[in-house]
Amino acid sequence: MENLNLFIRSIFIDNMIFAYFLGMCSFLAVSKNVKTALGLGIAVTFMLVITLPINYLLETYILKAGALAWLGEEYANIDISFLSLIMFIAVIASMTQLVEMAVEKYSPSLYASLGIFLPLIAVNCAILGGSLFMQQRDFGSVWTAICAGGGWVLGWLLAIVAIAAIRERVTSYSNVPKPLRGIGITFIITALMGIAFMSFLGIKF
Amino acid sequence: MAEKVSNKKVLFNPLSKDNPVIVQILGICSALAVTAKLEPAIVMGLSVIAVLALANVILSLIRNTIPTNIRIIVQLVVVAGLVVIVNQLLLAYAYNVSKQLSVFIGLIITNCILMGRLEAFAMSNKPWPSFLDGIGNGLGYTIILIIVAFFRELLGCGTLLGIQVIPECFYQHGYQNNGLMILPPMALIVVACIIWVQHSFNKDLQE
Repeated sequence: MENLNLFIRSIFIDNMIFAYFLGMCSFLAVSKNVKTALGLGIAVTFMLVITLPINYLLETYILKAGALAWLGEEYANIDISFLSLIMFIAVIASMTQLVEMAVEKYSPSLYASLGIFLPLIAVNCAILGGSLFMQQRDFGSVWTAICAGGGWVLGWLLAIVAIAAIRERVTSYSNVPKPLRGIGITFIITALMGIAFMSFLGIKF
Repeated sequence: MAEKVSNKKVLFNPLSKDNPVIVQILGICSALAVTAKLEPAIVMGLSVIAVLALANVILSLIRNTIPTNIRIIVQLVVVAGLVVIVNQLLLAYAYNVSKQLSVFIGLIITNCILMGRLEAFAMSNKPWPSFLDGIGNGLGYTIILIIVAFFRELLGCGTLLGIQVIPECFYQHGYQNNGLMILPPMALIVVACIIWVQHSFNKDLQE
């Protein structure tokens, strides 16, 4: 039950885009139409759900202060958490490369539709951000971490698909002032959506 | 970048015409998240300048030895190493600011400015121009951060760098801080305004 709460909270209240601005670059660059936005969203979801548990296990059993206790007494007070940034990004980058190769080999049709997005994912802040928030909040178990991560990334998916749909309409139906066309109006739309999402803040489960 | 560009252009173009944040649309995430106050924005800007310039030089030095297949991993590892150093320095000498910035220092690694500049410039240019490119883009980023943070802190809290700027008598006559400015979405609106102003001066940037 607690995990479900966390999951829903992560989708709406702690929304990656509107509350933390993570993954903005690809959010702005790849939201011109709904189809590609959905493709990128699914690819990001997939990567975060894979990398977050791995990073959680790394954090709990290797990086955290005292995490190496399972090796024996003399390792109990080693703290190598300063290495966590490098470890996390290495996991993410290599998983991206691995998944890219696996998808290319076993499912060429999926590769054709996701292919261009996969390299982008390694530098998507939402994924590294997910791992860093996980580290900050000290989740109790790997399931909690997966629930929170799933929520974050679904919130991201929701946001990118929604903004892509709005942008499609805005570019074809409205008369935006010239200097604001393209990226300017996208910022304003995102801000308005962010304010709308803030209305979820009061929800308590 | 095929044509030879003069070092001066490399250094100064990113300040306005080729600004990383509002023209190339790179590094938005951190630009928006750390700008509620001026102080963290300045620290963040300086950290990005340092990491960007050093990463550009290092990768430009080893650019001919990196196999193209794994170049993203190599770039990320170099950047991550530099960011760890910056992070530890901030923890040691500016603990409060580093607490305010929380995960965003770590997120310099995935700041698209870094990857964008490394891919587009450092991988195909000599160390010295790459260094200037890093400084230039870092400065362009910092300028936007400072402008946004200036307006948000001034209008949102009435302070600058934590010092009260709007005089007390304003409040007595009914002036109120605009609480909306501190909320995250307003950063987007401020950036949109900067884009509006800049695009109205540079006609060739309009779509």
